Amino acid sequence: MPDTTAIRTITLVNPQGFHARPAHRFMQLASGFQADVQIIKGNETINGKSILDLLTLGAQNGTTLTLQARGDDAQAAVDALAQLVENGFGEMNEQ
Amino acid sequence: MKFSDFVVAPAIRADIAADDKPSVIQEMVASLAASGAVRQEDAAGIVAAIMKREELGSTGIGRGVAVPHTKHPSVSKLIGTVGISHHGVDFDSLDGEKVHLMFLLISPPDRPADHLRALENISRQLRDDTFCRFLKQAHSTSEIQQLLDESDTHQFGS
Repeated sequence: MPDTTAIRTITLVNPQGFHARPAHRFMQLASGFQADVQIIKGNETINGKSILDLLTLGAQNGTTLTLQARGDDAQAAVDALAQLVENGFGEMNEQ
Repeated sequence: MKFSDFVVAPAIRADIAADDKPSVIQEMVASLAASGAVRQEDAAGIVAAIMKREELGSTGIGRGVAVPHTKHPSVSKLIGTVGISHHGVDFDSLDGEKVHLMFLLISPPDRPADHLRALENISRQLRDDTFCRFLKQAHSTSEIQQLLDESDTHQFGS
């Protein structure tokens, strides 16, 4: 089986950062793909399909993260998840 | 951020009596009010704000853990408390499991970074199965306090 890997740098644009609701939305979207999804922050790599892991990032607005997926639908997973993050998880108008 | 930076020790509850989400949140906020960390007259508004947040999606994040929270102008710094339920609470958790560990957080509206750091600390420590198991088994506030202190000094893994 071909081991497809997709990778992209993403920046958190929503004011509140990677708090509980974004973590939930990210996990839900990521879980719909067969590919393994990981986020790399500094020297730490976490599972993008685990809310607990996502919350350990403590990533604030403006933080740059590396999004990585491995599996047949890796590219689709990275594209969809990057779009979610770069659209501010749909909460750009919240204070 | 450490647990000791935001957990109001006298408000820790080792045996939550209530068994539904609204009552548990009320019980924990009442405990914060009784400790003096929030004013009695603000308690009802804080409970309502936390419940409103729960309507957007449960903060029961799995592994028997919930992090009910809200921003509220009545606090000048992030505060929180810990509640243990031995019988478990139906929290509409994301994994459908009952919740045994609750970390309730109230933060000032203009401090999103502090809230993120508290969530980071809680989630990081809860990845440790030993810490999680010991907390769920704790039967006194002093036991919980000791576990949080040990966690703050990194006696459980990372």
